[in-house]
Amino acid sequence: MKTLLEARGIGKRFGGLQALADVSLTIREGEVYGLIGPNGAGKTTFFNVLTGAYTPDGGGFAFDGGELPTGKPHRVVARGIARTFQNIRLFRELTALENVMAGHHIRTRAGIWGILIQNRHTREEERETTERAYELLRYVGIERFADTVSRHLSYGDQRRLEIARALATEPRLLALDEPAAGMNATETGRLKALIEQIRGDGVTVLLIEHDVKLVMGLCDRVAVLDFGRKIAEDVPAVVQRDEAVIKAYLGGGKHAH
Amino acid sequence: MDAETLQQLINGLVIGSVYALIALGYTMVYGILGLINFAHGDVLMVGAMTALQTMLFLMGVAPGMSPVAMLTLALLVAIPVSMLIGYTMERLAYRRLRNAPRLAPLITAIGMSFLLQTLAMIIWGRNYHTFPQLISTTPLQPVEGVFVTPVQIVIIVVSALLMIGLTLLVNRTRIGRAMRATAENHRTASLMGVDTNAVIAFTFIIGAGLAAVAGVMYASNYGIAHYGMGFMPGLKAFTAAVLGGIGNLGGAMLGGIVLGLVESFGAGYIERLTFGFLNSSYQDIFAFIILGLVLIFRPTGLLGERVSDRA
Repeated sequence: MKTLLEARGIGKRFGGLQALADVSLTIREGEVYGLIGPNGAGKTTFFNVLTGAYTPDGGGFAFDGGELPTGKPHRVVARGIARTFQNIRLFRELTALENVMAGHHIRTRAGIWGILIQNRHTREEERETTERAYELLRYVGIERFADTVSRHLSYGDQRRLEIARALATEPRLLALDEPAAGMNATETGRLKALIEQIRGDGVTVLLIEHDVKLVMGLCDRVAVLDFGRKIAEDVPAVVQRDEAVIKAYLGGGKHAH
Repeated sequence: MDAETLQQLINGLVIGSVYALIALGYTMVYGILGLINFAHGDVLMVGAMTALQTMLFLMGVAPGMSPVAMLTLALLVAIPVSMLIGYTMERLAYRRLRNAPRLAPLITAIGMSFLLQTLAMIIWGRNYHTFPQLISTTPLQPVEGVFVTPVQIVIIVVSALLMIGLTLLVNRTRIGRAMRATAENHRTASLMGVDTNAVIAFTFIIGAGLAAVAGVMYASNYGIAHYGMGFMPGLKAFTAAVLGGIGNLGGAMLGGIVLGLVESFGAGYIERLTFGFLNSSYQDIFAFIILGLVLIFRPTGLLGERVSDRA
């Protein structure tokens, strides 16, 4: 399978804390790739570096055959990487529909002149954006809340809306930061189905998740971070039995004989 | 309603529409950056002075030109020049201070205000200039005892159209959505693919364009322009923005109109209210009494929902 994303020796330091140290990994087109690790292992930092929110101290990303710009979030989105957030970050005062339409911003071109004179291209584009946004809301199953201000949605629906907004950017790679956090078993089941559907539609998924059962059931391959280093990368069945991984999760002392 | 009341109402609407247009520039920038751009009033002055310069030039080269064409051309020069000033301020000064403590951009804005005034003084001198009143100022008398000049009618109509246009722009278009997304959270907006630098620059440009139109209307109404003319309407419009709820577009419009009406009625009745102690030249005190009262009793303004954690 073709490589979609290659991280090469990513490093990020915050003062005295080495949040990421020489992390390299490869994500193949069409797979669901899990990134797991104990709290503070550097998973979210990796997301932030990947999406341009932070500039890495070392290393770089190759994506879809070219270098990714670092430190320029909107240009990373333009290249085809979209994300959701561990702590939900919707545009709270915008409706669900508007949130998704805002996500489509990068794929539309209407300039100020087009908007001022409302030429045919602009109207056409706006109509398509609206249609596409409804489609995505339907896709994640919250179309009935299209005109609801997003802060009034239930927690699970807000998570779904974040996914719809990310999909509106038309990504090749969708990065989900703990999408199942705070969900009950039913909701997690529906989320799993949704992620499988997204993968089925040709979008590669990078998943950070604490719910081990979800990760093991969903991911094609898994990488494990611990103290900013990658300590394992393989198919779930192998990673689950990896000595270093078990040690990282359960603490070093218990298994030191 | 007697003639006098109706007259005050009209005067209030005229000046209130101008305040509202300026207040929109303050409130848009505040909504997105949390910055009070105190140089905004001076952008208005630049607009008026540029329009004046253009008119004088046109009168020299094409004396027979129709007044409407001349005013339109003057606006077509004044608006882009003001937009350029607005953009330049953001690009050169405020952008660098985006992550600085809030006081730094605020003080810089005051510095920008002095800079623009001083530059204007160097270019156009310290004198008051007569501003050509290209739209007739001969009062009409729709009702016995009530006077409205054509320029006042134009001010109300143009302001209303611009406010409707801006509302549609912000609520119905791609760029407006990007502005609202950026106002809520810069970082999230940029992670969702919005070029927030471009959106912020655009916000300054639109605000400056509105200020330029307001400046030309203000100068046309009073027939006078000079380097310091932006200060007072700028301060009043800031008051209007706070009164309406800063950061809130509808609030800026409402605040502008209400402030205009209060001033107009205040000026009309102040002499009677104070038994002749104060006369109508003290009308400016009303704006600042209102500013004080709003800040004490309702800091979020009439329509404000944003908690005033920024000011």
